[in-house]
Amino acid sequence: MRRFANLLDRLVLTPARNGKLTLLVDYFRSVEDPDRGLALAAITGDLSIAAIKPAMLRTLVTERIDPVLFGYSYDYVGDLAETVSLVWPEPGPERRANRVPTLGEVVAKLQAASRSDGPTVLSALLDSADIESRYAIIKLVTGGLRIGVSARLAKQALAEFGQVDVAEIEELWHGLMPPYETLFAWLEGKADKPERTAKAMFRPVMLSTPVGDGDLEKLDPVDFAAEWKWDGIRVQAVSEGGVRRLYSRTGDDVSGAFPDLVDAMDFDGALDGELLVGNPAEATGTFSDLQQRLNRKTVSPKIRDQFPAFMRCYDVLTIGEEDMRALPFVERRPRLEAFVGTLEPTRFDLSPLAPFADWGALDEMRKNPPHPVIEGVMLKRLDSPYLAGRPRGPWFKWKRDPHTVDAVLMYAQRGHGKRSSFYSDYTFGVWTGPEGAEELVPVGKAYFGFTDEELKQIDKYVRDNTIERFGPVRSVRADRKQGLVLEVAFEGLNRSTRHKSGVAMRFPRISRLRWDKPPNEADRIETLQALLD
Amino acid sequence: MRASDLLHPRPEGLYCPPGDFFIDPTRPVERALITHGHSDHARSGHGTVLATQQTLEIMALRYGADFAGSSQAAVLGETQTIKGVSVTFHPAGHVLGSAQIAVEHGKTRIVASGDYKRQADATCAAFVPVECDVFITEATFGLPVFRHPPDTEEIAKLLASLQQFPGRAHLVGAYALGKAQRVIRLIRDAGYEKPIFIHGALAKLCDYYESQGIALGDLRPATVEGGSKGDFAGAIVVGPPSAFADRWARRFPDPMSCFASGWMRIRQRAKQGGVELPLIISDHGDWDELIRTISETGASEVWATHGREEALVRWCELQGIAARPLHLVGYEDEGD
Repeated sequence: MRRFANLLDRLVLTPARNGKLTLLVDYFRSVEDPDRGLALAAITGDLSIAAIKPAMLRTLVTERIDPVLFGYSYDYVGDLAETVSLVWPEPGPERRANRVPTLGEVVAKLQAASRSDGPTVLSALLDSADIESRYAIIKLVTGGLRIGVSARLAKQALAEFGQVDVAEIEELWHGLMPPYETLFAWLEGKADKPERTAKAMFRPVMLSTPVGDGDLEKLDPVDFAAEWKWDGIRVQAVSEGGVRRLYSRTGDDVSGAFPDLVDAMDFDGALDGELLVGNPAEATGTFSDLQQRLNRKTVSPKIRDQFPAFMRCYDVLTIGEEDMRALPFVERRPRLEAFVGTLEPTRFDLSPLAPFADWGALDEMRKNPPHPVIEGVMLKRLDSPYLAGRPRGPWFKWKRDPHTVDAVLMYAQRGHGKRSSFYSDYTFGVWTGPEGAEELVPVGKAYFGFTDEELKQIDKYVRDNTIERFGPVRSVRADRKQGLVLEVAFEGLNRSTRHKSGVAMRFPRISRLRWDKPPNEADRIETLQALLD
Repeated sequence: MRASDLLHPRPEGLYCPPGDFFIDPTRPVERALITHGHSDHARSGHGTVLATQQTLEIMALRYGADFAGSSQAAVLGETQTIKGVSVTFHPAGHVLGSAQIAVEHGKTRIVASGDYKRQADATCAAFVPVECDVFITEATFGLPVFRHPPDTEEIAKLLASLQQFPGRAHLVGAYALGKAQRVIRLIRDAGYEKPIFIHGALAKLCDYYESQGIALGDLRPATVEGGSKGDFAGAIVVGPPSAFADRWARRFPDPMSCFASGWMRIRQRAKQGGVELPLIISDHGDWDELIRTISETGASEVWATHGREEALVRWCELQGIAARPLHLVGYEDEGD
């Protein structure tokens, strides 16, 4: 349990992706089965343990320590799990376990506990653990580790651990169960690759590369088909022998959030496409609308009616027993067209091809797409098979130019690792309020897009123009006369009730430093609001 | 005589009217008794200073030889009388030279603990509980959430991280007096013999600790002159925490920010400070040490100061010990 607890503690404080990978790989290497597999399941969210409510936790702890002292402690720490792990009194030596239980033992006890004896089992486990382990146990039973590790990153770590391609892990993943002993045995070279036994498994997705400078000059337009690039989320719908699954492009099962779409998957095969909301024949909803349906474990009927999900199909991977992936695009496409034609039209439609004469014409099309939910064009070689991963050459994405806004730097925060002595995370704002009484309202935060040289310049600016400090954050002088104007590029804008400005940017980055521009000429909030409609 | 007539707070600090002296005054006074060399307790400019020899030497290092009009060394365990008030210094286990001060007059004995800890520390004399009527305790970590682990475990974490991330310079933030030397000594005791690089602000005090017989091993200045960034890959660099947020830290390759402090017990504190590897090592007693010490002094009354007094006062009430917060101005309750 201690090793798992230490892993969680290190992961939560390690910002760099590579650092997290190192920690995970070392953990998989040094910890034995079944603990490492259970840890993996806890991280990927595949470990099911009956939840204990925070109120119950509070009751348990205040039976053991003075409620006033607990109150002072909780006020100070602010996190219930952490407070309880710290103040939980160690039992006397006569009742103390002679060792902290393993993760395997903890999980077994928690899974065997019934609803009524859950609290008793939890107390006994907390009695037998040390501070760090208590914290990890409480995190397991209250759900949600919140350690900044996605399932995708965990799979990446597995791939690194076993020196295999992450696509192989993703493809196997849904046939496997915690504690994944067969998977670890294979990754350690001690056993053959586990067989794909489960139905409706994920197939690794084919991804594209961006069109770079000069890429197209070498290519002949007649070798390519173009399609619109829709601004939803890429999904894979697989239905085999009565098992239906909807996967994100990284192989996470998102079926639970889209029961309306899953209900309509009455086919036998695997489709690749874009998940969108609305009615395909009439109106395609924006990404903002789609967000109402994302990151939910369950979805209310009201939301379902308001934002019905559908899939705009790009490709077909299997039909019945037949694997289409080795066929060239030009042969897969008619099969896809025929297949989608048999499906429920309010839930599935076809991503239309977008004919074009030459690269110049296509450039015009991607810059001025015919629909607001299009973010550019896709180019697919007619002879391309459906390949796993992101091969360079067969598929390209060519996005429309980003939106830009001139904003004023308001706050700067120190970075991590290589950037720990630099103010590298910037909050910026635009003007609001009536003439003569303008003030800045924050509209976003960005921490990349600038060169190392520019980072040094901004860092110096921040240090020279600091007004106030709050821990690692500094507020920077920003008024009508003095301030640093940043040109910020972003992909789109969502309405937000969480931000004072009412807007949230997608994928914001610093595109230029406007040392030349006086701050009073930066944009106003109305400019952004106009983009919302 | 009531205890509060023997010692009570004044704007300058804790004052003893019959003896006409202050303990750890935060402003210049005629006669000061000083528990230890941290700058919020030991200020310069007093008329006369009574402190342990080591505290006097540390003050001279920090403020120059003329830090006070005159000074007198207190020998631990030896009682002297100031205007009829008996005064005895006892070790506090906080940093080199640190002491508690027992003040006795008539039948009343008050012990002002200054800052103290109970964990073993190879760089200073261990705390001795002194029986008293009133115990003035610090309360820096006066909440039940503060439970310091054994310091050796924390150092083991640091050494494990060096193995795991051999390309990264491990920057250990530690205050210049006491914490830095203790951390270095613990690293040595764990068997690490390579050079340890130190920030310039630590040099004088590390030399002083060496002169007092506390071996710190091969210490080198953390400068890049004539070398390259890569020289610090996988190295341990110790410096004051403030330096790591500064441009100074840019000389190190992919720095791993470590901070040795009792505050590192709270994850959010570590996260906010951008600390990747928190090392829970403190000069101050944790909750268990504080309440154990209160019990051991046998005090019937406790005054709690600088820190989170209310929880300690509550605990004393639950034990039937009279307790109140003592509001002294000018100390850092963020001391670590």
